[in-house]
Amino acid sequence: MIQKIATRDAYGQALVKLGRENPNVVVLDADLSKSTKTAGFAKEFPERFFQMGIAEADMTSTAAGLATCGKIPFISTFACFATGRNFDQLRVSIAYPHLNVKIAATHAGITVGEDGASHQSIEDVALMRVIPGMIVLSPADAADAEAAVFAAAAVEGPVYLRFGREPMPVIFPPERKLIIGKADRLKEGTEATIAATGVMTAVALEAAEILASRGRMVRVLNFSTIKPIDGEAIVAAARETGAIVTAEEHSIIGGLGSAVAEVVVKHYPVPMEFVGVQDRFGQSGKPAELMKEYGLTAEDIVAAVERAIARKR
Amino acid sequence: MTDQERAALTDRARRIRGHIIKMLAAAGSGHPGGSLSAVEILTFLYFRRMRYDPKNPQWPDRDRFVLSKGHAAPVLYATLAEAGFFPVETLTTLRRFGSILQGHPDMKKTPGVEMSTGSLGQGLSAANGMALAGKLDKKDYRVYVLLGDGEIEEGQIWEAAMTAVHYKLDNLTAFLDYNHLQIDGRIEEVKSNTDPVGRFRSFGWHVLEVDGHDFAALERAVDEAQATKGKPTMIVAHTVKGKGVSFMENQVGWHGTAPKPEEAQKALAELGLA
Ligand SMILES: Cc1ncc(C[n+]2csc(CCOP(=O)(O)OP(=O)(O)O)c2C)c(N)n1
Ligand SMILES: [Mg+2]
Repeated sequence: MIQKIATRDAYGQALVKLGRENPNVVVLDADLSKSTKTAGFAKEFPERFFQMGIAEADMTSTAAGLATCGKIPFISTFACFATGRNFDQLRVSIAYPHLNVKIAATHAGITVGEDGASHQSIEDVALMRVIPGMIVLSPADAADAEAAVFAAAAVEGPVYLRFGREPMPVIFPPERKLIIGKADRLKEGTEATIAATGVMTAVALEAAEILASRGRMVRVLNFSTIKPIDGEAIVAAARETGAIVTAEEHSIIGGLGSAVAEVVVKHYPVPMEFVGVQDRFGQSGKPAELMKEYGLTAEDIVAAVERAIARKR
Repeated sequence: MTDQERAALTDRARRIRGHIIKMLAAAGSGHPGGSLSAVEILTFLYFRRMRYDPKNPQWPDRDRFVLSKGHAAPVLYATLAEAGFFPVETLTTLRRFGSILQGHPDMKKTPGVEMSTGSLGQGLSAANGMALAGKLDKKDYRVYVLLGDGEIEEGQIWEAAMTAVHYKLDNLTAFLDYNHLQIDGRIEEVKSNTDPVGRFRSFGWHVLEVDGHDFAALERAVDEAQATKGKPTMIVAHTVKGKGVSFMENQVGWHGTAPKPEEAQKALAELGLA
């Protein structure tokens, strides 16, 4: 069996590879480099690593200054702090002048586990999605995470990258290429579509298996890019399968579900269901316990698919 | 600095003040007080000290100036126009739809503007980033940044103050426009924001105090900043908000109110520009 790797580990390794290829890449961290896995880059490229201390706002605007001088800064901390402590800095210092800064956030979502609600970011995608010009990437496994790092570096302008803490099942081959704005059709089906991102893509595949065992064939779409959203893939899914269930380890407000719904409502209205964290905070617990409590299991997706199909005309 | 050189700077500053009054009157809104208090600082930097090429604003080796207190955009725009980054006639388009001169500085729209600001407290960090890049690239450009005395109530300023010291950013010189006024009143009334000299010193900065309207004093301070190795320098510039227009001086009400046509006429007459 292939070893499970957390997307944050893949991020750390990809960063070192990228650093070898591109001397303009610099990395900033806010006293979490061992957890965000930027420590590997710091070790190999100490002169290009800037420890900023527990000062996320300062880290963010400093990266903006570095970017004006041709550097490609990656700034890292936990997702809750990488989008919450510095929202205005991201907005005014980085996104307004469309500077080439990559916000690489780890420990996203409730699978952070025991640290509890203060550390469980379920709002970050919504916050980043609303900023004009910000690209939002949410890789589904280790290979996807590495591909996301290279895709982010290859595009000029701000990119938000969402990584998780927990080891993830393998979905993509090691040579995975991420094309920004393109969803992946991971499974074919005609009765409904599950549109998933990040941690939930593996769960969606599991749900599709359960449904298949009951004779229901559903399409599974993976969204490594949440913004710009792949409208074509969504419209095709709506037209060809007639119902869509979104699945994300994030609030159902403002994340992938909202992005998909914005396309569906405008171009091809079909019944939709939203699997994600309802309007509530997280709490301490084991990741699996929390996934169950917050309705993020394969069974939850299966139930949502059945509801969506039942609503079809 | 010879008397003649000082006279030339003084005349330049007077013209910049005139532009500020005219552009604000034309716009009908904007911030005169904090623009006027910083005129000598910007005049000194752009016409006596900084290295730049208005025909090539992105020249990698240029010195950089960050207006962290972005609401003072008029003084920056007037100075950049005088320095040749764009025509002086553009100044009266300030704040108009489609203008390159936005209400607050936009580095993508205005040649010579180094950082988009307007949300207070972020410019020192950005300047630090530029100074870090200069060190990394072994370039000898210098980075200047102007902070407001109300602005330093923002916590991020103190995060950045630590960063500049930690990374020994001796290629960075900050100015504090110490005019003692913010929007809701005097600095000391709004928030016990006292002794910036002692505070920056205790953070590890080299701190100097000067009369912010005296070119020779500014030159001595900037020379000393440039000669100071291993730490950043903060030049606390004692200034008068609204400087140069008698009825605006030290008046909290002139922070963010544009002069009406007759007030502008009076101001220009005082400046000898009517
Ligand atoms: C983060 C933020 N909060 C509030 C404002 C609104 N604001 C604009 S200017 C100002 C007062 C600034 O005072 P000071 O820094 O002393 O500037 P100066 O006196 O030089 O004009 C305030 C509160 C802002 N621009 N940014
Ligand atoms: Mg003030």
